[in-house]
Amino acid sequence: MPRPGFVLEVDRSTPPILFHHGESLRLEKLPAGRSRVLYPGEPLAALEDVDGEIRQALDNPLGDSQPLRALLKPGMKLTIAFDDISLPLPPMRRPDVRQRVIEAVLDLAAAAGVDDVHLIAALALHRRMTEAELRHAVGDRVYDAFAPQGHLYNHDAEDVDNLAFLGTTRHGEEVEINKRAADSDLIVYVNINLVSMDGGWKSTATGLSSYRSLRHHHNVKTMQQSRSFMDRHASELHSSNWRMGEVLRDAGVKVFQIETTLNNDTFGTSGPMSVLQKREWEWTARDRATFVGMKAGLDRMPIGVRRKIFNSWKAPYGVTSVQAGEVEAVHEVTTANVFKQQLVAVEGQTDILTMGLPYICPYNVNSVMNPILVMCLGLGYFFNMYRGKPLVREGGVLIMSHPTPWEFNPVHHPSYIDFFEHVLADTTDPLEIEARYEKQYAEDEWYRHLYRTSYAYHGVHPFYMWYWGCHGLSHMGKVIIVGGDPRSVRRLGFTPASTLNDALEMASDVVGRDASITHLHNPPIVMADVT
Amino acid sequence: MKALVFSRKPAKFAAAMLAGRLSPGSGARVGPLALRDIDPPELPGPGWVRVRPRLSGICGSDLAIVDGTSSRWFEPIVSFPFTPGHEVVGELDDGSRVAIVPVLSCVARDISPACTPCAEGRINHCERIGFGNLEPGLQCGFCESTGGGWSTLMVAHEQQLVTVPTQISDEAAVLIEPTACAVHAASQVRAPRVAVIGAGTLGLLTIAALRHTHPTIELIATAKHPHQRALAAELGADHVVAPTELERAVRARTGSMRLDSGQLTGGLPAVVDCVGSHESIAQALRIAAPGATVHAVGMPGVTTVDLTPLWQREVALRGAYAYERDDFDTAIDLVDSLDLGRLVSATYPLRHFVDAVAHAASAGARGAVKIAFDLRSEKERESI
Repeated sequence: MPRPGFVLEVDRSTPPILFHHGESLRLEKLPAGRSRVLYPGEPLAALEDVDGEIRQALDNPLGDSQPLRALLKPGMKLTIAFDDISLPLPPMRRPDVRQRVIEAVLDLAAAAGVDDVHLIAALALHRRMTEAELRHAVGDRVYDAFAPQGHLYNHDAEDVDNLAFLGTTRHGEEVEINKRAADSDLIVYVNINLVSMDGGWKSTATGLSSYRSLRHHHNVKTMQQSRSFMDRHASELHSSNWRMGEVLRDAGVKVFQIETTLNNDTFGTSGPMSVLQKREWEWTARDRATFVGMKAGLDRMPIGVRRKIFNSWKAPYGVTSVQAGEVEAVHEVTTANVFKQQLVAVEGQTDILTMGLPYICPYNVNSVMNPILVMCLGLGYFFNMYRGKPLVREGGVLIMSHPTPWEFNPVHHPSYIDFFEHVLADTTDPLEIEARYEKQYAEDEWYRHLYRTSYAYHGVHPFYMWYWGCHGLSHMGKVIIVGGDPRSVRRLGFTPASTLNDALEMASDVVGRDASITHLHNPPIVMADVT
Repeated sequence: MKALVFSRKPAKFAAAMLAGRLSPGSGARVGPLALRDIDPPELPGPGWVRVRPRLSGICGSDLAIVDGTSSRWFEPIVSFPFTPGHEVVGELDDGSRVAIVPVLSCVARDISPACTPCAEGRINHCERIGFGNLEPGLQCGFCESTGGGWSTLMVAHEQQLVTVPTQISDEAAVLIEPTACAVHAASQVRAPRVAVIGAGTLGLLTIAALRHTHPTIELIATAKHPHQRALAAELGADHVVAPTELERAVRARTGSMRLDSGQLTGGLPAVVDCVGSHESIAQALRIAAPGATVHAVGMPGVTTVDLTPLWQREVALRGAYAYERDDFDTAIDLVDSLDLGRLVSATYPLRHFVDAVAHAASAGARGAVKIAFDLRSEKERESI
């Protein structure tokens, strides 16, 4: 029976606590008597027969939906859209659950005589997936059967001839999605719901859409009103996507949603990485030796080698649930299953929130975690891992640990470089950034060209990263990065600190000397249910 | 009288070249520049007056001479030994303060009739340079006959004198001459968007002059150091970026495409290079749009630059040397209204000329802008 997540009160006997630190790790002693650590739950039991559960879900849909086999007819146009490289994190070991689901759907389609099938990576404004990444997601068999004919491809949000405008929501939000998907008799959306932000109408309304649509919810106002964006019912981001879902439905777009959830088995139960998944006071002598050796080795390696090692890690996640059918009904169950793994009850907010940021976030798979992504991961994703109230009080201090190098992948993140060098040099105010610069970057022909033909995130993407963190940014009294490149940290508008103790000392100027501290022990993923 | 004198001494010149390469400004320590007791310069003729320098700036062209990196182009148009210093605020025998227009035109050389450019007021284009009744010298500060500002006394033709308004400090007045250079350069720019490369004294003054001359122009500037960034923005740059960021900044602002090599397919219609190195000229050519003009404002010297982009994109390379007389009126307004005297970061007495030159050569890195000699307290000054 896996143990649930919990809150540890730090006392004198508590050993140093693990902090992820990019492509490295740190052990930090937290002050006794005023610190607590929020631990994730142990991995829930995985489904034993994943393929059987998938078939079962397709035949027994949730909500107002017929079984998938009843929706498949000869001569119909079927589009299978699937989540892109940003999910899951780290990527999962083969076979990826998308492959399993897609193969099951294709088996049914073949049995029903459906031969007009397209598979689309629903990447919105993310970078295109490479052949290797697509093969990893859908499997070699599916890739070889569809890609050579041009029936498996990346969504192109700048291909104006292949976008369909479907109308506006009652709030005036324009809905435009991939034309092939819109014209299909059925869209089957294959999702991996790693966190509660994912899935639901966001899959189609965001993943298959264009800047014209996205700008209505990927903006500062919406993100400020999403508290948090991990809590669908308190998230304006989701409300907007749900309104767009209504427009899709009213326009006759039929979506059969398949959502899957994964457990917390991020680093495995054996091998050197498994220590990252254990609670520190339960480390054996062997675990400690492994950790010391791993850290010493990593710290001596050139960054390129370290990055390669981490990027090659594939998580042994277990699939914990598969839901299929009508979008909203499916998503309610999915979210409950995500919470079952990740949600931990926490009493009261803290003055100082600490977090160790790992080497990966949704937008740097096989790439570099640049400073803008550091901001997004810390103030966007990790800060928003709450339901109810933020873990840290308003005006409190956020301390993140990450090397934050002034380094960018020029292929994946060309507009990020310009955003960092030019936009952030002028201002870090999200509203000002949005008003003064977004349009220029969104419509830049070169960025468009690179997004469409290379492997670049869209020109506007770094803006979205900044907006993702805007609620956190306005909430915090101070943001400190431990062990970061001081130039990068200052460009972000934050304060650099050499050590956690220095950071806590700096924090005391804002929240006093006896301030309470909470450490978010993430990853594996944990979400706070704060009362 | 005391004067810093630059003599023709090949061995010392070679030593200065070597030292200057190792450490910019070191040429003053080992080269032909020396503090001497010399006779005051004679008045060359009617219309000439004696000027006692109060402050005299150290310019990039002075540093090039001291470090032995300046072009041999100047050999026939300078005369040895000479006293450097062409950025000068001084006082006349009657105590009135003047700034010097150092360019030596036909009038100063007593050439009559004046050449066509001089007759038209374009004294910087003088076609009789090196002739007339003066020793060769394109400006005071490079001419044996006139002396220069790095001394306690020099001579100037009355047409070279510009009265300094009383409200303008000596520190501000010593910047009138370089500001006039900047005003002249700005007057040549005819484009709605321009990049200024370099944020030393000349770069900063050019930014100020461009903003004054073309209030609506979009101005991107490069600056290496924090104080330069702040000043560039304050003096009128819309965007200030690090030198390494310029290509990306221009690309982003012009919507240009970018080739795999990093070359832009478009760029800016005008680029003003206030550095004059081969790197800065090459960078200017890289960010200039087809049909654009690159204005060489910083003194370039001997450089090696790939001119293929100039040819393939029909880019014009245009020099901007000195000024016309009217540019001084605008320069005085700018110096006054923008309080440019604050750009003078440090002054030195003549005897500390080695330190002064070294400071000027590393001004940016040391948080400084303009370094000048302060002659106001030199003992010999009063006795001449």
